[in-house]
Amino acid sequence: MGSCRNVVIGLCGHMYIYLPIAEISVNALVLLGLGGLVGVLSGMFGVGGGFLMTPLLFFIGIPPAVAVATEANQIVASSFSGVLAHVKRRNVDFKMGGVLLIGGLVGAGVGVFIFNYLKGLGQVDLLVKLCYVVFLGVVGSLMFTESLQALRKSKQVSASKLRKQRTWIHALPLKIRFRVSGLYISAIPPVLIGLLVGILAAVMGVGGGFVMVPAMIYLLGMPTKVVVGTSLFQIIFVTAFTTMLHATTNYTVDIVLAVLLLVGGVIGAQFGTILGAKLKAEQLRILLAIMVLLVCAKLAFDLIVQPAELFTLGSAGGH
Amino acid sequence: MRTLSAYVLLAIISCVGAASSQEIVLGLSKQEIGITAFFDGSEILIFGALKHQNEASSEGELDVVITIASPRIPVVVRRKEKRLGIWMNVDALEVDLAPNFYAVATSGPFDQVVSKASDLWHQISVQKMIGAVSGPEKLENPEDFTEAIIRIRENEGLYQTLTGAVTLQNQTLFSASVTLPANLVEGSYTARIFLMSDGDVIAQHQTAIDVRKVGIERWLYNLAHQRPAVYGLLSLAIAIFSGWAAAAAFRAVRG
Repeated sequence: MGSCRNVVIGLCGHMYIYLPIAEISVNALVLLGLGGLVGVLSGMFGVGGGFLMTPLLFFIGIPPAVAVATEANQIVASSFSGVLAHVKRRNVDFKMGGVLLIGGLVGAGVGVFIFNYLKGLGQVDLLVKLCYVVFLGVVGSLMFTESLQALRKSKQVSASKLRKQRTWIHALPLKIRFRVSGLYISAIPPVLIGLLVGILAAVMGVGGGFVMVPAMIYLLGMPTKVVVGTSLFQIIFVTAFTTMLHATTNYTVDIVLAVLLLVGGVIGAQFGTILGAKLKAEQLRILLAIMVLLVCAKLAFDLIVQPAELFTLGSAGGH
Repeated sequence: MRTLSAYVLLAIISCVGAASSQEIVLGLSKQEIGITAFFDGSEILIFGALKHQNEASSEGELDVVITIASPRIPVVVRRKEKRLGIWMNVDALEVDLAPNFYAVATSGPFDQVVSKASDLWHQISVQKMIGAVSGPEKLENPEDFTEAIIRIRENEGLYQTLTGAVTLQNQTLFSASVTLPANLVEGSYTARIFLMSDGDVIAQHQTAIDVRKVGIERWLYNLAHQRPAVYGLLSLAIAIFSGWAAAAAFRAVRG
């Protein structure tokens, strides 16, 4: 009876688990494997991995609404796990995190509202996939060209040179002193960055670190050593809030799915960290860039090429 | 073994069909299907006997049709079209009453066993089972949408036409086995048995099969829908705990 229909990876034992919210039966080994794979990558590259996991969940047939909401919940776990070490090393700017969070919570609310509105119109899958194509495409190409240049020069363009320059950011009102980051800047840019990342978190099921980290370094001029910890700190709260919003308005958080992904992810991250330590930073970044571009290309390909089945079924009354 | 248990159950369960000279006595291998955490589909055996009330009846060759249907729930069918280079949903049709699961098993070729009139009246084929459609007036071919439901669900094993799957012995004993896939929805399913002669229904019988989530699946599903805030907080608590445990374990391993 055990059908191999939905199985992408060639594991077809009798490890099927029925997901109570997604209401489908999936191979638990496949989910553990996916969690592990993304865990390895996140350990290697120091990224949350939501931007890889959510599309992979689409590819194995998890409904996008469930994938996005459940992934938000999983990111709470991986960010919390990550932030503890940074708190210990005092690499978290709580004040900056708080300001980012103000924007983030509003953004998450807006994001879930947009998500639910488009769900009613039947366009939410398209929105999520388009967001992925655009963001993965932009971030992947930037990372790719930047790390190619870095490989050539082998001397990195220092961010500190960039951050001492006075930009339009410094002309804005509402200035606040951020001691840990050593900055005296307006609260407006961090709130706006938080807002954007909150929307992305809610719509795409990501932490948004891949947008926030570059924004914090290049736009706000924060020192690199506090960027990751502060970003993780903010991500915990935004994804937790997103999880609650999805759970209470869409009922799409699948605990069983989240736990399976978590277990795989936690174990994978350990191996990833060890692997990451053996590779050079530029090589790592170029690998990550290639992976991001591959996922982007696959999603774009699926949108452009005529699908085998032009019709899709959905439940009624999802307004 | 199956036949033996069939006879045992036959003695217990006996039900009278429609007023006719024929009676259907029916048994099911299970009357309840529990969706557990490790649910990966279920097989159900439907068996029974035809009780001929007057042996001299000249009803000719008999056939048996068995259907199993999930509750009928509205479904939205969306159609994609290429716009600005991208395949996107352009129009939708809401089909009010389509079962999520439907199997029809017959003792012979469907067209020979069931006449068009009987099919229309009793809604035996999956095409007739799918109910009224509602959608924007401008839709050119609404039948494309209902055909899409059938095609998609047939591919997923949710709609099954099992020609010749009912075995009928000596015009008296019948049995059929239907495989229910893993992606079932909950509800009270209906099993119908039709006794056919020359394409007409001469007796029918109906019984319910309860399909429901059990154990932790039931608990989580209810919690998620009835107390979503508690469910959300539970998800977060699990996430925070696992995150902390992972970090603690990581520290322990690294020394």
